[in-house]
Amino acid sequence: MARFSDENLAIATQIISLYPQSRSALVPLCHLAQSQDGWLTPDAMENIAELLGLQAAEVLGTASFYDMLHTEPVGKYLIGICTNIACMLNGAQEVLEYAEESLGISVGNTTEDNLFTLEETECLADCGKAPCLQVNYRFFGPISNEDFDELITNLKSGSLGSQIPDHGTINRVLRKQGLAVSMSEISSQRAEADKQIAKRKAAQAALDASQKGEGK
Amino acid sequence: MADISTTTPIDHIQDLNAVTITLDGVPTKAIKGEMLIQTAERAGNYIPRFCYHPRMKPVGMCRMCLVEVKGPRGFTLQPACYIAASEGQEVITNSDKVKKAQEGVLEFLLVNHPLDCPVCDKGGECPLQDQTMSFGPGESRFVEEKRHWEKPIAISKLVFLDRERCIQCGRCTRFAQEVGGDPLIDFVGRGDHIEVSTFPHDPFTSYFSGNTVQICPVGALTSKSYRFKARPWDLSEVETTCKACSVGCRMSIQSSVNAVIRNIGIDSDPVNQSWLCDKGRYNFDYLNSPERLRHPLVKKNGQFVEASWGEAFSVVAEGIKKSISLGSDKVAVLGGAQLANEDIYAWAKLAKSVIGTDSLDAQMGDGLPAKALLSLPRATIDEACSADLVILLTPDIKEELPVLYLRLNQAATKGHVPIIEISSRPSGMTPYVKSLLNYLPGEAAVVAKALVNQSERFPYEDSSSQQALEFSRSLLDSVKSKNIVVIIGRPSLAESAEGIVEAAYTFMDAFPQAKFLPALRRANVMGALEMGFSPGLLPGRVALDQGRAWYEKNWQSLPAVEGKDARGILSQAQNGDLETLILLGSDPLVDFPDAQLAKQAFEKVPFIVAVDIFLNESSKFADVILPAAGFGERSGTTTNIEGRISRLAQKVVPPGIARPDWMIASQLSEYLGKDLGFDSLESIWNEIEKLAPLYEGISLSLLSSNENKDGIIAPLASISGQRPAILEPDTTRSSTRRIPFDAYSLRLISNRNLYDQGTLTQHCQFLANLGDQGALQVNPYDLKSLGILSGGQVRVRSSRSSVVLNAVPNQSIPRGSAWLGFNLTGSKASELIGAFSDIIEIRLETP
Amino acid sequence: MTLSQPVNIVSSRFGLENSFTLDTYLKTGGYKGLRKALSMDPEQVTQQVLTANLLGRGGAGFEAGRKWSMLKPNPVRYLVVNGDESEPATFKDHYLIEKDPHQLIEGTLIAAYANQVNQAFIYIRGEFALGLERVQQALNEAYDYGAVGRNILGSQFSIDIVVHPGAGAYICGEETALIESLEGKRGFPRIKPPYFPAVIGLYGEPTIVNNVETVSNLPWIINNGGSSFASYGKGRSTGTRLFALSGRVRQPGFYELEMHTNTFRDLIYAPLLGGGIPHGNELTAFIPGGASSPWFGPDHLDLALDQDEVAKAGSMLGSGSVIVMDSTTCPVRASWRLVRFFARESCGQCTPCREGSGWLEKIMSRIEQGRGREEDLELLLDVSDNISPSLSWPPQQTTICVLGPSIPPSILSALQLFRDSFLLHIKEGACPYG
Ligand SMILES: Cc1cc2nc3c(=O)[nH]c(=O)nc-3n(C[C@H](O)[C@H](O)[C@H](O)COP(=O)(O)O)c2cc1C
Ligand code: SF4
Ligand code: FES
Repeated sequence: MARFSDENLAIATQIISLYPQSRSALVPLCHLAQSQDGWLTPDAMENIAELLGLQAAEVLGTASFYDMLHTEPVGKYLIGICTNIACMLNGAQEVLEYAEESLGISVGNTTEDNLFTLEETECLADCGKAPCLQVNYRFFGPISNEDFDELITNLKSGSLGSQIPDHGTINRVLRKQGLAVSMSEISSQRAEADKQIAKRKAAQAALDASQKGEGK
Repeated sequence: MADISTTTPIDHIQDLNAVTITLDGVPTKAIKGEMLIQTAERAGNYIPRFCYHPRMKPVGMCRMCLVEVKGPRGFTLQPACYIAASEGQEVITNSDKVKKAQEGVLEFLLVNHPLDCPVCDKGGECPLQDQTMSFGPGESRFVEEKRHWEKPIAISKLVFLDRERCIQCGRCTRFAQEVGGDPLIDFVGRGDHIEVSTFPHDPFTSYFSGNTVQICPVGALTSKSYRFKARPWDLSEVETTCKACSVGCRMSIQSSVNAVIRNIGIDSDPVNQSWLCDKGRYNFDYLNSPERLRHPLVKKNGQFVEASWGEAFSVVAEGIKKSISLGSDKVAVLGGAQLANEDIYAWAKLAKSVIGTDSLDAQMGDGLPAKALLSLPRATIDEACSADLVILLTPDIKEELPVLYLRLNQAATKGHVPIIEISSRPSGMTPYVKSLLNYLPGEAAVVAKALVNQSERFPYEDSSSQQALEFSRSLLDSVKSKNIVVIIGRPSLAESAEGIVEAAYTFMDAFPQAKFLPALRRANVMGALEMGFSPGLLPGRVALDQGRAWYEKNWQSLPAVEGKDARGILSQAQNGDLETLILLGSDPLVDFPDAQLAKQAFEKVPFIVAVDIFLNESSKFADVILPAAGFGERSGTTTNIEGRISRLAQKVVPPGIARPDWMIASQLSEYLGKDLGFDSLESIWNEIEKLAPLYEGISLSLLSSNENKDGIIAPLASISGQRPAILEPDTTRSSTRRIPFDAYSLRLISNRNLYDQGTLTQHCQFLANLGDQGALQVNPYDLKSLGILSGGQVRVRSSRSSVVLNAVPNQSIPRGSAWLGFNLTGSKASELIGAFSDIIEIRLETP
Repeated sequence: MTLSQPVNIVSSRFGLENSFTLDTYLKTGGYKGLRKALSMDPEQVTQQVLTANLLGRGGAGFEAGRKWSMLKPNPVRYLVVNGDESEPATFKDHYLIEKDPHQLIEGTLIAAYANQVNQAFIYIRGEFALGLERVQQALNEAYDYGAVGRNILGSQFSIDIVVHPGAGAYICGEETALIESLEGKRGFPRIKPPYFPAVIGLYGEPTIVNNVETVSNLPWIINNGGSSFASYGKGRSTGTRLFALSGRVRQPGFYELEMHTNTFRDLIYAPLLGGGIPHGNELTAFIPGGASSPWFGPDHLDLALDQDEVAKAGSMLGSGSVIVMDSTTCPVRASWRLVRFFARESCGQCTPCREGSGWLEKIMSRIEQGRGREEDLELLLDVSDNISPSLSWPPQQTTICVLGPSIPPSILSALQLFRDSFLLHIKEGACPYG
């Protein structure tokens, strides 16, 4: 556990190969680690640091900047209730309070069965459905107290199964292809394109000049 | 403490680089591309700042330095630390708008600051405190609850962090990343939750961590060694030169009530540019140790007994005289690299002209042949850092010459200086080099020759070695006749120095313009060698035979024949042929690479005298101990790897009746019946300047002038005809041979780490236990054949001895070799090494 | 109310079933724009975009074609599509990404071709899990189809696109923070100058950063010509925009409307659009362009949905999101909530933004909870002034990016429009709205 499984290591290697500089893979690898372990474990951060040639402190420093990367364990379902302006204007605060009561935890905490973690989030960009919430980054809205109860019941019974993967999985579609244009090729391609552009520009300029000449 | 400014004086601005800006309505000269904050500072206008540090890239984060700069949208507020001066620029630093913005930033910084100045180590030298004083009532407008963090936490064994005081300027994290190259601390969190943090269980073990304390503008980072020790206004300070290694960093020692309390790096542009390594910074509390030698000790019936100086000198003089009567080559001196130049000169004169022996050596068989080294054209650190190409053939300079490592990594990253490293294993510099050429111990010269000569055979056939060679050759080709600097040291104590010298000559022959920077680590080893503390040499980089007439005239007498070096001296003793051994601040039993030789030598020498500040493993065997004054307890001069002579200053007095080494030499000479002619340090330097060709014209007044506070590189100009010529490189060349490869053994690589078992370090409570445990590092491939892939106890056998060690797999150690720290706890490397072997082959067995 | 004919430039497929598949896309004219673009010279493509006068849809409203012309010639250069959409009440890119990923990819390819870029990154807000899956799926299809990769659609042009997930940090929508984030670092904005992406961008190379909606317009522009696009709207505000309407309205959602031709009143009240305020309540204020824009009172309802006119009136059209408040809305609470957003999202590098946002949030929170003091109102203004000197519009700044100066507008607007409400909170020691 915690370090990448062989399967995920292969995915990690592919992700790294997509970027001109390997450090760019840092956040995607953190997501990958979270989809494996549910949260970003210290072992995973060390593993990522090794893969990217960084110090673990740098991985932690970067990861801790981002709200979605959890360096402490969270429940299987991360429920994020938006209370930003559009949702607030439509009763989000009441939904949040109801959620706290019905789950028996306050914001930031996890239920004892490790099933639910409750977060208050900033705008989820689903304001047309305010008030809205997310479960493991799958959106629901507009949400009433009854809707919330139903959602919890369904999550507990597992009837939302495939619609909501465990916490950490944000993308279940793997990239099929590596890069078609190698990094080294890019600069030569560009040099060629620039030459063509210059040529066309020169031709255009000559044309303009001759037209101007004619106009006179 | 205000920041060190690095701004060039205005009259030094070359017209080429000068631009004129309008600063508060006044036309002001600036260096093109420098930041406005620097321009203004030179013009006497100090713009307040927190995140800006002149030795790091600006980030413009704290916003304290906002000034108005005219742009396409008229005057706007811009950070003066981030805007480069350009021709015709208009800048306003004193408008109401600027003042309001700056005061606003200061107020923002204070809203979450604990204002616990009375109990803060930084109190009294804190820019935030200072600027708040002049700003006034500020705080009262913030009535909310402040941010709270757990009070100071230790982020390493040396440094504490108080996150409540942190103002998020990022100086420390940027230093760790950008300068130190050990980003073990980083900002964690976002917005006003940002804190500086290490990774859990991964402390800030950087060798340069103390610099973060020095540059933290508030009291967020503090030194464990300084906590609650003193208030800045109780301290007095002097400028001096660090002697923890031979880079010669300038620093200020600060003391209170005759005890050194802390060291602070001084911004010496050509040398340390304000940085210190932690060894140099925290290497002072040994001075206050109760175990310091305070009185001379004379061994009676196997016990040391306190004696007066007179008594001790009489015993020493008697012993020496008895030895001389059997032949003056029966006396030898080992050590001297820790002494000041004046001390060494006095001791050299005593040994060579009074005692009459040429067997003296400041190196412990772990350096390079002195004559060869001194004859190479010398480079400065600045020259290395601005070279077109640097070739590095040294031990790990991050471990041995830490601030040279800092200068070079900055040259590589910011100055884009390409470096070719020739090494038996990756070093701390490797991440910064363009090309790493690996060589099997003993074959440095083979590789050097293949590098400079296409037709020379290159022994390693694997593709990565071949690629590295090709790439290095192409790097060299691109700079051929330009400025090449070769940094040269003894890469490993487990291979002989001859191959290294041969490699150096190879580069000298191939690139006649190349210059060389020695990488020997002991504090004043270069000064000692230049003062003739080596067989066959005389003060001023002069060969014994070349200088004989001149020095005989001035010193009366000189040894008839060339003496022996450390290895020779110890062999002579081992053969029962040495009568007196004088140890000058040296510990051969610990430091000499061949422990067996040293031990047998010590068993045989009838009379041993040790001049030191502590008892050490070797001086325990002495018959007489003479207590010396330590660093900071005496003044004088010291010489760094560049040949830069800089001043040492006295800050506190020596313990008991301990004396400076030169005085000991002078008085001992009197007991031997001759007057060395020295009654003060000054009198010694005056003689050095008068006699030694290298120092011609470097007078005391020149040395102490303010323009030369960074030191003076000798020689000043050409040497006048009268004096003997300084050394020229040897023209004879030995020929390269490959040592046959033995598939059943590994070649040993051994060199030193920064934190060692050395006497001084061990007497510093904060540094004593920072060193690693010695373990044999082996490529996993080589361990696999032993069936212990993950490491474990192994018996290591060399032709010398066999020892049991912990073996650990390390992918970066090339196959066929093994690395063992020389001076780590329990490493036992010196038991495996034979001083006369070219390489040390070891075999691993299950114990 | 005269509602102009609806035009669907970017949202034409939103109503279709499986709008996100290659199949649907090809059936509805997909990748025709790209084919056409590839048959043109890159400069001709840029010319079409210049003619269209396509304004950036990410908030700053800079003309896309002009931005492209400023790209510094350099062997290596990049294109980054900004899909980090996190501005409160902005949710148009969310749907462009989920519902029409191929249109986004095609637009990206056209922009890449015009700028002769061989590697493009689509940075998608991490929380858009479905969007990330849809775009990755579409990208896989597009590679198979030959629209991305080597010699696309038989042309000489080769390009790779990489989908990059964000991880929850609003500031990463700011283009230089986005670049830092894409480099695997903390999203700390860079200082302009010198870090204009078109000169020094991703990995230090010249880089174009365009918003998702901006590039999603490109297939249509190339298919129909820049001048057709410019024939919609008026002045500099051409084409359509996807307006995101939220808050106290009967029918919140996004509506693609021709620029300039309609007014805020149309958007909020037209039966086919916002449908008015619930329970027939009074509109008390609206925010015309996302959380950072100054608020308008009811007197500005008849202002046209036009970038320059809104700017002239003292606010901005920004990201095209309109938030409606009515008589049930506590303005103190609304502005506190926005300030709290900025305090939580400040990246933390500039002192005024890091400390000022938290300070303002604490004062606002105190007032809202009835523990305010009258002098707090003056203090709010002065602290704001230290972040955004002289509180002018467009804002000046003591900070690196404009997140800092985005904090004061909601406080200032609320104070200006609803000073009485602040005083009531202070005097009564409680929120009159309950
Ligand atoms: C604090 C801040 C947040 C921003 N967030 C976004 C965003 O989420 N999406 C976006 O496209 N642009 C955002 N922008 C604007 C971008 O910096 C940039 O102007 C835009 O992506 C350029 O694309 P365009 O020219 O196509 O509009 C933001 C700017 C700031 C200052
Ligand atoms: S203004 Fe705020 S968000 Fe922008 S760079 Fe500064 S601290 Fe970061
Ligand atoms: S000193 Fe210039 S912004 Fe900090």
